[in-house]
Amino acid sequence: MAVARRKRFQSRTLLLLMLPGLAYFLLFHYGALVGNVIAFKEYVPFDGIWGSPWTGLGNFRRMFEDTAFWDAVLNTVWIAVLQLVFYFPVPLGLALLLHSLTWSSVRRFVQSVAYLPHFISWVIVVALFQQLLGDTGLLNSGLDGMGLHTVDIIGNPDAFKPLVVAQVVWKDAGWGTIIFLAALAQVDEQQYEAAAIDGAGPWRRFWHVTLPAVRPVIVLLLIMRLGDILSVGFEQMLLQRDAVGPEASEIIDTFVYYQGIVGGDYGFAAAAGLFKGVVGALLVYAANKVAHRLGEQGVYK
Amino acid sequence: MSAQTRPGWLEKPKPVTQAAKAMALAVVVLLVCVPFLVIVSTSLASTEEVVDNGGWVLWPTRPSLQAYRDILDGGIVTHALGVSVGVTVVGTALSLLCTVTLAYALARPGVLGGRPVLLLVLFTFLFPPGMIPSFLLVKELGLLDSYASLVLPVLVNVFNLVVLRGFFQGIPDELYEAARLDGAGDWRVLVSVVLPLSKAALAVVGLFYAVAYWNSWFYASLYLESDHWPLQQVLRTYVVAGSGLTDATTGEGTVTAPQTVQMAVLVIATVPILLIYPFLQKYFTKGVLTGAIKS
Repeated sequence: MAVARRKRFQSRTLLLLMLPGLAYFLLFHYGALVGNVIAFKEYVPFDGIWGSPWTGLGNFRRMFEDTAFWDAVLNTVWIAVLQLVFYFPVPLGLALLLHSLTWSSVRRFVQSVAYLPHFISWVIVVALFQQLLGDTGLLNSGLDGMGLHTVDIIGNPDAFKPLVVAQVVWKDAGWGTIIFLAALAQVDEQQYEAAAIDGAGPWRRFWHVTLPAVRPVIVLLLIMRLGDILSVGFEQMLLQRDAVGPEASEIIDTFVYYQGIVGGDYGFAAAAGLFKGVVGALLVYAANKVAHRLGEQGVYK
Repeated sequence: MSAQTRPGWLEKPKPVTQAAKAMALAVVVLLVCVPFLVIVSTSLASTEEVVDNGGWVLWPTRPSLQAYRDILDGGIVTHALGVSVGVTVVGTALSLLCTVTLAYALARPGVLGGRPVLLLVLFTFLFPPGMIPSFLLVKELGLLDSYASLVLPVLVNVFNLVVLRGFFQGIPDELYEAARLDGAGDWRVLVSVVLPLSKAALAVVGLFYAVAYWNSWFYASLYLESDHWPLQQVLRTYVVAGSGLTDATTGEGTVTAPQTVQMAVLVIATVPILLIYPFLQKYFTKGVLTGAIKS
C-alpha cells in the first residue's frame, strides 16, 4: 500500500518536471502547427487566424500558377544538388585524411581549427566572405597586385551558387567530419592488421575495411539530405538576397518570407510553407523506405 | 606533446604522400585562420593604413584600439552587446532548465505518458510548424517587440533534448535504485545524483544553447524594433547590408575609417565564440556527442 502510494507520488514529480518542456512543444510547435489553417484562408489582421474568411484551396491554386514560386523551387533543388555534389564528399575526404594521421597532436590541432567555423554565425560568415572576396578584398587586391584580372564574385548573380556552396564548405565541412571520424574510430584496429598481414596494401585495406565502416553513415547522411532537399540555408540566402536579386537566390524559405512577412500575404505564404513541409516529410519517409530496402538502418525504424 | 604512434604493420608512407598530406592540412588551417587574422588586423589598424592598403590589412604596423573605443563608448553597438549578453544568459538558463527536466522525465522508464510525449516531441523534428504560423502565433500571444520572443519560441531544442536523454539513460540503474532506497524522491535523485554525473553533457548542451542564442539574428529582425536589436542583427544591418555605422554610433567628428569600425564590430561578435570554444572542444573528445549521434 505504502509502496504503491510512493510510486504514484514519484511519477507525479516526474509529470511535474515534464510540464514546462511539454507545454513549450504543445504551444510553440503544435499550436503553431494548427495555425497552418491560415494556408486555407485569406488572412485579415484585425480578425486574426480564426476569424479570417476561408478560401479553400485558393492559395494553393495561386501558388501552383505562380512562376516565381516554381523558380524558387528550382533554385532550392539546384542549390541542394550542387551541395550534394560539391559539399557532401568534402567532410568524408577530410575525415579520411585526419583519420590517416599517425601524429595525434597534429590531428587534434587540425580538428580543433576545422570545427571552429561551424560555431560562427551566418552573419559573420557572409561578412567574412564579403571582406575576402569583394571588390577590394584580399583576393582581388592580391590579383590586382600581381597584375592579373580581378574576379567579380560578391554581388554577381552568376557566381552566387558556387559562392554559397563554398560558404557551406568553409563553415561546415570540418564539423561534418565528426560523424565520419566516430564511425572510423569504431573499426577494430586488428582488422587492419589482419588485412595487412594477409598482404592487402593501403588501397585494398581502404576498400575492404575503411569503406564498409563508413558506408552506413554515408547512406544515413544521404537520406537525411534527400529528405531535406527543400531546405537550403535560409539565413545564408536571406542575408545575400538583396545583393544578387531573387532570380539567383530565391529559395522556398525566402519566398515564404518575402510573400508573408514582407508582403503581408500570410495565407499565400503559409500555403507555400505548408507545401514544403508536407513534401519534405514525404521525402524523408520515402528515403527511409529506400534505406530499409538497401538493408541499412535509416533515420528511424 | 604526444608522440607519433605507428603500428608495426603500417607501411612507412612515401615522402610524396606525406608532403601532400601536410600541404592539405596547411591549406585547411590557413583557410580557417586567415579570414580571422584579416578582420582582427584591420580592426586594429589605423585609418590611413586601411585606406592605403585598399580596405584591409594583414598585419597592422601601428596597432591601435581606437575603433573599439569608439564603438564601446555608448551608442548602438554597446547597447546591442548588452542585449546579446542578456538574451544569451537568460535564454541559456531557461532552455537548460526545461530541457533537463523534460529529458530526465523521458529517461525514466514507466512514466505515465512518457512514450506518447517522446513521439510528440520527435515528430516536431520531422514536421516543423513553418515560419508564417510561428510568426502569427508570437504575434497573437502579444510577444512582438519583447525579448521573450527571442527565447520562448526556441526554448527546447529536440537535438539537445535527445542528447541529454541519451546521457541520462546511460547512468546505471543501480545508482537510481540506491538513491531511491535512501529515501530520495525523483527530484532529489535528479539534483544530487543525475546532474553531478552529467556535467560533461550539461556543459555541451549549455554551450550549444549559448552559441545558438548568441548567433541568432533572424528572430530579432522578425520580432523586434531596431532599438532593441542584439549584436548580430546590428552587424547584419551595418556590415553585411552596408548601411553607415560610424554616424550612428560614434557621433560626429570621428576619425576612424568605417572599415576599421566594421571589423571591430565583427571581432566583438566573434570573440565570445572563440573564448568558449576551447571549453566546448574539451568535451567533444569525451564522446558525449558521438554517443548521442548513435542514439
